[in-house]
Amino acid sequence: MNLFWIALTIIAALLGILLSARAADPGMMIHGMLFSIAAVISAFALISRHYRLAQAPSLGNGGGGIDYNIDIVKAGVIASSFWGVVGFLVGLVIALQLAFPVLNFDLPWTNFGRLRPLHTSAVIFAFGGNILIMTSFHVVQRTCRARLAGDLAPWFVFWGYQLFIVLAATGYVLGITQSKEYAEPEWYVDIWLTIVWVVYLLVFLATLWKRQEKHIYVANWFFLAFIVTVAMLHIVNNLSVPVSLTGVKSYSLFAGVQSALTQWWYGHNAVGFFLTAGFLGIMYYFIPKRVNRPVYSYRLSIIHFWSLIFLYIWAGPHHLHYTALPDWAQTLGMTFSIMLWMPSWGGMINGLMTLSGAWDKLRTDPVVRFLVASVAFYGMSTFEGPLMSIKAVNALSHYTDWTIGHVHSGALGWVAYISFGALYFLVPVLWKRKSLYSDALVNLHFWVSTVGILLYITAMWVSGILQGLMWRAYDSFGFLEYSFSETVEAMHPFYIIRAIGGLLFVLGSLIMVYNLWRTARGDIREKEAGSLVPNAEFAGAR
Amino acid sequence: MTEKFEKDEISGTQTTGHEWDGIKELDTPMPRWWLWTMYATIIWSIGYWIVMPAWPLVSSYTAGMIGYSSRASLENVMSEAAAAHATDRAALVTTELSEIQSDQQTYQYALRGGKSAFAVNCSQCHGSGAQGAPGFPNLNDDEWLWGGSVDSIYETIKYGIRSDHDDTRLGDMPAFLDDELLEPAQINDVAEYVLSLSQQPDLDAEAVTRGKEVFAAECASCHGENAKGLREFGAPNLTDAIWFYGGDKETIVRTISKGRANVMPAWVDRLDDATIRQLTLYVHSLGGGE
Repeated sequence: MNLFWIALTIIAALLGILLSARAADPGMMIHGMLFSIAAVISAFALISRHYRLAQAPSLGNGGGGIDYNIDIVKAGVIASSFWGVVGFLVGLVIALQLAFPVLNFDLPWTNFGRLRPLHTSAVIFAFGGNILIMTSFHVVQRTCRARLAGDLAPWFVFWGYQLFIVLAATGYVLGITQSKEYAEPEWYVDIWLTIVWVVYLLVFLATLWKRQEKHIYVANWFFLAFIVTVAMLHIVNNLSVPVSLTGVKSYSLFAGVQSALTQWWYGHNAVGFFLTAGFLGIMYYFIPKRVNRPVYSYRLSIIHFWSLIFLYIWAGPHHLHYTALPDWAQTLGMTFSIMLWMPSWGGMINGLMTLSGAWDKLRTDPVVRFLVASVAFYGMSTFEGPLMSIKAVNALSHYTDWTIGHVHSGALGWVAYISFGALYFLVPVLWKRKSLYSDALVNLHFWVSTVGILLYITAMWVSGILQGLMWRAYDSFGFLEYSFSETVEAMHPFYIIRAIGGLLFVLGSLIMVYNLWRTARGDIREKEAGSLVPNAEFAGAR
Repeated sequence: MTEKFEKDEISGTQTTGHEWDGIKELDTPMPRWWLWTMYATIIWSIGYWIVMPAWPLVSSYTAGMIGYSSRASLENVMSEAAAAHATDRAALVTTELSEIQSDQQTYQYALRGGKSAFAVNCSQCHGSGAQGAPGFPNLNDDEWLWGGSVDSIYETIKYGIRSDHDDTRLGDMPAFLDDELLEPAQINDVAEYVLSLSQQPDLDAEAVTRGKEVFAAECASCHGENAKGLREFGAPNLTDAIWFYGGDKETIVRTISKGRANVMPAWVDRLDDATIRQLTLYVHSLGGGE
């Protein structure tokens, strides 16, 4: 079997070289090369693995317990920490570019138009995606009491996903894009991601299949919903016809308002299923684990799961209010967004109320602080979202910085904080350490980045509402009061405040990476040696 | 079913009897306020669907009770706005340009509209405050390339400068070096002379003298014998401190060597007459109107 996979990587390497040699444009030439380099590295890795396994005795765990696949989760921790810092840094760069346009450097590769998708994809797909794959692999093993299915398959998912990130990111910088927000990668990168994603789904399903628990834990429902729906969204929105099989450019199957609707059906559910459902899966495992309390309400989890899944998929048209989209579709988008309010809050209630009986941990455990703040931000964003979907509110908020503020209260507050909580939880568990290196640094990270988020979102609220009001200001004769450039000028101070907020968030993430690295090495900060929150799983030594 | 499972000690609530990796679940009922708020949003949505366009059918959609359409609503707002402007706009187009200034209502209307139209159409080149930029004249001062009367400004806006309109204003600053009309040394001389016209320091007196002859032969036909410019050709006055492209020697040498031909579009094809008249009166009012 090994020989088959090795042969396949060699064929893939040749294919990459061929593609590169026959490429219709420089983009494909570079990407063909990258693909073939990745394939050659995989071939070497497989060959060395083959000899290593042949020499080693059996891989048995010896202890009679379950031999969880920990290495794949460790790799995910490293990858997501790395991509997180990269993504936040690019975000800081483009925030500064908006405040000081000279930072575009007049170069095509560094202009805002190319770096902006680099930022969004790096934080959503590289950071968020790696967090989701990593935590889902951890959670599904633990809550099914079964080793992750597949031998090579999980590693293919991990490395295949990294290759997708590299192809997408280099593509953006080179100017390769299909101009669909959050779906910028071109057809060949989309096909590669589809292959990786299907293997991911199979690994997850096969692990569920061989579980030793009667029931499937709620976190896994959310993870499964996320994996399945993202596959569907990705495939449909990216249906396109390549101009040439050796060129990067393709044309979408959809045009005009159909294209817009498909795009926002995709785009909104990327938020709904990638950044909400998937991360609720994380919440449902790490909060009860960390605070050591039962989940608040099983019934609430069922009802809010199904209502969230059912309603979210309809909400996309609220991105297209007052456009060529028919009125009936706008109505449905808006009403379904409003009905989505309580199903979203169900997750918040279950997350927060799980702390009943353990609220003191908010004071004693800074990791719990991250987890709880993330659920609070989740609650705020999922209230703000339905509010902004109301047409009268949207008339003011649409196309303004308010939207950017809303996205970041969800992305920084909810997605990143629950991810940080999970990372702080996992590193001592995976590397089998007694505790984190330092809880004080976790606390510092929490406050630095919380101040950063608050600066960010308040600056964007004020600037967004100001912008919206300036755009619609008329004088007594009914003429527009301001020119567009005057509104841009008015944004400047807020763009600087936003960049400062972003800087604090980046600093916080660097503090975290340092802390995690020292933890993995097994260090303990001496000052805190007696007071660190212990890793509850350490004694268990599975 | 509830009896056989253990109770959670702290909350006193029944668990569901499941456990995953140490995680248990309580069998707490759904919070009533949560449930009722969800029902309320559903009922509100159903009400909204009844009133507004909502559900697609085979070849149409449910139109809703009040027959709302965003297209019709936009058309309404637009026609209301048009009606509100109708009297003023009509007065603007029918009154002689030179007489509008004495009709306060129409004039004020024109100035406000002109300011708004300027911000949208003109500020990109002339600046938000009409202060200009190198190659784009300042409209606040009283130096005019093509004339600062209401009628001249009107014509300039309408047909543009070196635009693609047949009636465009045309003036040609030749490229004296590139087209081999002058030698580099002569260009240097005439540049020195031009600098001397506005009393700039540190000039080469001999070059100025030589330059004066070159100027008389090559430049005076457009810029005038006294170099005070000719509006007929849009040729600027070279004796004052106001410079179109820049008044340092390097820029002047470049201007003479390569020529200049900045363009202003003809707005007659893009804006209606009322708006062009608003712009005319607004620009005229900025400070230098003649």
